[in-house]
Amino acid sequence: MFKSSNIIVGLEVGTSKVCAVVGEVNAAGALSIIGLGQAVSQGVRKGEIIDPDRAAADIRNALVEAEQRADVEISSVYLGVTGDHIQGFNNRGVHTVVSADREITADDVQDVIKNAKAINLPAENHVIHAVRQHFLVDGQDGILNPVGLLGTRMEVDMHVVHGRRNRLQNSMLVVKKLQIEVESVVFNGLAASLALLSNEQKELGALVIDLGGGTTEYVVYANGVIKHTGVLALGGDHVSNDLAIGLKVPLHVAEKLKVEQGRALADEGCKGQTLTLTSESGLSEKTINLEHLRRIMALRLEEIFQIIAKRLSEAGLLQYLRSGVVLCGGGARMPLIQQLAEREFQLPAAIGKTNSINGLTLALDQPEFATAIGLVKFGSLQKKRRHEGGLISRVLGELMRSK
Amino acid sequence: MSQFNNPGASPTSAAEVFQTPLSIRVIGVGGAGGRIVDFLSSAGFDNLAFIAVDTDAQELAATEVLRRVQLGARQARGLGTGGDPELGSAAAEKDLDALRQHCAGADMVFLVAGLGGGTGTGVAPVLARLAKEAGALVLVFAIRPFDCEGTRRQRQAQLGLQHLKTIADGVICLPNQGVAQMIDENTSLVETYKITNELIAQGLRGVWRMIARPGLIPVGFSTLCRVMRGQRTESVLATAESRGPNRGRDVIDKLMASPFLEQGQVLASASSVLVSLVGGPELTMAEINRVSEQIQRRCETADLIFGANIDKDFRDRLELTLVVSQQPGKPAEFGADHPLAEEREIDRAPTPSDSRLAENPLGLPSETGRPASRLVPPPPVLPEARMKELWQQQMKSKSRSQRPTRLQQGQLPLEIVPKGRFDKSEPTYHGGEDLDLPTYIRRGMALN
Repeated sequence: MFKSSNIIVGLEVGTSKVCAVVGEVNAAGALSIIGLGQAVSQGVRKGEIIDPDRAAADIRNALVEAEQRADVEISSVYLGVTGDHIQGFNNRGVHTVVSADREITADDVQDVIKNAKAINLPAENHVIHAVRQHFLVDGQDGILNPVGLLGTRMEVDMHVVHGRRNRLQNSMLVVKKLQIEVESVVFNGLAASLALLSNEQKELGALVIDLGGGTTEYVVYANGVIKHTGVLALGGDHVSNDLAIGLKVPLHVAEKLKVEQGRALADEGCKGQTLTLTSESGLSEKTINLEHLRRIMALRLEEIFQIIAKRLSEAGLLQYLRSGVVLCGGGARMPLIQQLAEREFQLPAAIGKTNSINGLTLALDQPEFATAIGLVKFGSLQKKRRHEGGLISRVLGELMRSK
Repeated sequence: MSQFNNPGASPTSAAEVFQTPLSIRVIGVGGAGGRIVDFLSSAGFDNLAFIAVDTDAQELAATEVLRRVQLGARQARGLGTGGDPELGSAAAEKDLDALRQHCAGADMVFLVAGLGGGTGTGVAPVLARLAKEAGALVLVFAIRPFDCEGTRRQRQAQLGLQHLKTIADGVICLPNQGVAQMIDENTSLVETYKITNELIAQGLRGVWRMIARPGLIPVGFSTLCRVMRGQRTESVLATAESRGPNRGRDVIDKLMASPFLEQGQVLASASSVLVSLVGGPELTMAEINRVSEQIQRRCETADLIFGANIDKDFRDRLELTLVVSQQPGKPAEFGADHPLAEEREIDRAPTPSDSRLAENPLGLPSETGRPASRLVPPPPVLPEARMKELWQQQMKSKSRSQRPTRLQQGQLPLEIVPKGRFDKSEPTYHGGEDLDLPTYIRRGMALN
């Protein structure tokens, strides 16, 4: 049995599945994935728990499977959170350097970060992440570490991700009731980007879209730092639901059709083609127009991308994404989804691969595990900082640029 | 000008020095219309030409109007239509030439018709069409039957009203039932009808004064044309008069008590309001101001046209006439307690078929039109400024009504679009759209 301190577990309670990934940090400090457990999720809608009992049972199943696979005992997890209520925005903090020699000290940095975190949020909101972007010293932009520089006025840009406190605590509570510690809650989109993006991509600028079952998270990196985060409460569930309504089939049939016949783009080739659904006894039950199926799906996926593109263009970020779009989540398995993303964003698009971590290649190649793997990576980075005696409050800012 | 020009023109009117006098005709259609025109012709209007049109020879003979037109002498043998509007309109179509002759050269035609019967309901739309063709501004005084006259007549009146609205420039609707509410229960039938006549006379006088008499604050014929022409409005008429030192305030109170205004609710939702104030020579500017201000406060969103006149015979009397118009399509003045309120709602819903009716040469409401689409369109995406404006308007009109509104929201015959598994979850809105609804429905993709 491994020492528990080297074990990091990422737990994602998603709308379609609950996924627990076990990672191990070896003596050299390298992270490898050693186990994975998953269960079908039943108590979650649009990324948030609506039935705690069912969700607890699913989480237990996933954790038990992960424990068996990795042959470890799980006592604490890094919990991924999502939901429509989570929002990100940029804030700037200002601090005047008071020391006589005008040299900026670590204390000054602490103060300016504290100022940047002093945000006017409603009382029921909780800051999940406050990620440092860049420092400005006397108006000079793009400074990564101001300690030791001379200046009188120091500013810092922070990206703040926040959500409703109660809704965040709902999922924490469910996990805690299983006698499992929650080390930290992490925004799913941030975790996915952590697993998928290389430092070069972050520097060039990239958009990560996690097409989940109930929600779609998106994160924008530019110039090496997080610029934008957001959640859209739309996902694969909506595609299935549209199909069920449009084709007049039960939801489970729609789900199956989506997986087997789905395309993200409605191509002309399927015009006039039909599908015959057969019942369990082999009798043909219903005929479905393939073109309708494809068009219903394409419209929904198109709309999701269009809304994201609109929000990014409003934030003025579309031209910063030189590295293009990286897709993950279950929705990234949809054939032609890359082409659709390329068309909607006018940028190169690719399915994300977690290549910076060793371990089970089976798990690493799957786009739907990116978030859970990212949670493990987040945990490993946070632990590393703690070990190095670094300031915990600096962890997030540093890990965003960690080499 | 035509041969009917100004039978009793007064040469002393100052306005006539520099303008050709307007040719205004008042045409009474059917039994009720004929009787009202008969009353009007003796109510002291100069400058107006009165014409009575009927299918019933006996009724027509009973009127003292100088110009009478009998329709359908051959088909109905002068016995009337027996309450069948189709017969009425057929008779009118037979005698088109005679009717056209009476419309020729008119600048403005007032049609007075009692709806619900055969002649009023059938002939009035034909006449309105002919008058429009002759280039006149057509204003219809439509009298709706009493509730006790039976549902068939109500329905016919309803259809006739709808039809008239698509043809005439303006329809002023006078529900007899409303008149009944206004008066004492023990009033005799003759008296009741007399009150209706009086109301129409007042309305007519108000409009007529506005355009034909030189005013203190003049409202010309051209203004009236601008407000009414092609607007296809439905209007409500209200009049009040008072005398004494407090007449400025009294007249407004009395006006608001009118059952047709529904305690000012009609004013609040009006699109245009025509006001005619008449007083004696001692009428002061302050009084005009007060009245105008009071009305303006009650209808802030409407296009208000204010006219004031001096009449030498008025002494200390003050008479106020309001023509409150609503654009079709706006939720209008009818209360939900009316048995036909729901039917009207449905009738007026499909605007495309309205325009088709206007083209219908037979002049009958066609019932075979294609039903309107049952798909619910998504709410329109409005700029934020406009949204705010609409909200404010809504808030204002809410605060203005002093008692709980009698309007009741009806259920529209729509197919509710299902949200499937998201029926009970928190909806996801973006830009005013409920994203849980399938995209293909919101974007109007047709699945054939």
